Amino acid sequence: MSAPSIKVQETPLVLYVLRRADDALILGHRLSEWCGHAPMLEEDMALANIALDLLGQARELYAYAAKVEGKGNDEDKFAYLRDVRQYRNLLLAEQPNGDFARTMVRQFFYSAFADLYWRATMKSADATLAAIAAKSEKESAYHLRHSSEWIVRLGDGTEESHARTQAAIDEFWAFTGEMFAVDDSERGLIEAGVAFDPAGLKQQWLKTVTSVIAEATLILPKNDWMQQGGRAGRHSEHLGHLLSELQSLQRSFPGATW
Amino acid sequence: MVTAALGESDLHRRAWDAAARVVDPEIPVLTIADLGVLREVTVTGDGVEVAITPTYSGCPAMNMITLEIELALERAGFAKPKIRTVLSPAWTTDWMSEDGRRKLREYGIAPPQAAGSRRALFGVQEVACPQCGSTNTELLSEFGSTSCKALWRCKACREPFDYFKCH
Repeated sequence: MSAPSIKVQETPLVLYVLRRADDALILGHRLSEWCGHAPMLEEDMALANIALDLLGQARELYAYAAKVEGKGNDEDKFAYLRDVRQYRNLLLAEQPNGDFARTMVRQFFYSAFADLYWRATMKSADATLAAIAAKSEKESAYHLRHSSEWIVRLGDGTEESHARTQAAIDEFWAFTGEMFAVDDSERGLIEAGVAFDPAGLKQQWLKTVTSVIAEATLILPKNDWMQQGGRAGRHSEHLGHLLSELQSLQRSFPGATW
Repeated sequence: MVTAALGESDLHRRAWDAAARVVDPEIPVLTIADLGVLREVTVTGDGVEVAITPTYSGCPAMNMITLEIELALERAGFAKPKIRTVLSPAWTTDWMSEDGRRKLREYGIAPPQAAGSRRALFGVQEVACPQCGSTNTELLSEFGSTSCKALWRCKACREPFDYFKCH
């Protein structure tokens, strides 16, 4: 027996909250894959701790989405019983860990955005989102400092670490545009002051990213073609594999508890 | 219920005292009152409701703390206590009591610096060794054994120590 996927009534607010919850869950899950495998003990702890912060943010957001939707879904059902096409996370979040440089570049691009995003969301007209943002912003700022330091150390390190970090930047660059994109479902929320247009964060994000990358003696790609699709459920092949592991227990033994 | 004979303020005091004695399972010298996690205790005709605020979003100690508060209140004579989690205003290490800071230091953990502001988050940190008091210390790891701690080392007495992160 296998547990069937749930149906989700995606009103604009439910969808908006699920998108952010999925970012945190999927990136947090990726980081948790490092547990016991990181290059050194301190980084093993760091990645597990960042994963835990993201999981905590995901839980708050899923719980809120469940409340707004009001159809009897809960945080566990959202995480364990949605199929890959029902996930709404950024494509960046689901990209495989690869080597440590890839993991740090992915984290750096996301944290530099999340730090600005949560700070802006503290002014949301939605009191719950503003409260979640106030907690998450402190955590994201700490994550950003951690990954920034690693980008500098790796980029301005050995020839090998420089080359690997540059390769990761070149590969992940095309996934960064999705963070600043808005679709029709979010425009009403922006007008109502619940959400805001993330395009307004782009300059500040670029400034942070450019200064860290320059200090790391690395270069940003010139091309500005951007890959999108995660927000609408069109994912890379990697997410399905990730979910098969994340969901295997609840799919195989529906409702299992311990 | 034994509590029925007591006045409302006595009941409130009894409920607060019971909840306030619950300790952090990771740092057992600190109570949730010392930490600033215990926000509010309300006694109504139906029973008692306790509001707590999480330290870090994913802190696994919160589940344990919730359970411990329930048990403490039941032992104090309150049937079916309700525990409510409040997110706003967000918890900050500034809420930690002076007494809590002293207890942390005596336990071997450097207490958080005052003013959990953004500036402190990115600024240069000066953390005093909880063993010898020297500020000749260095950061070993931004993350430690729990969400709330970082790992430091004292260059004077050579002891490694936990630092309760400013948040």
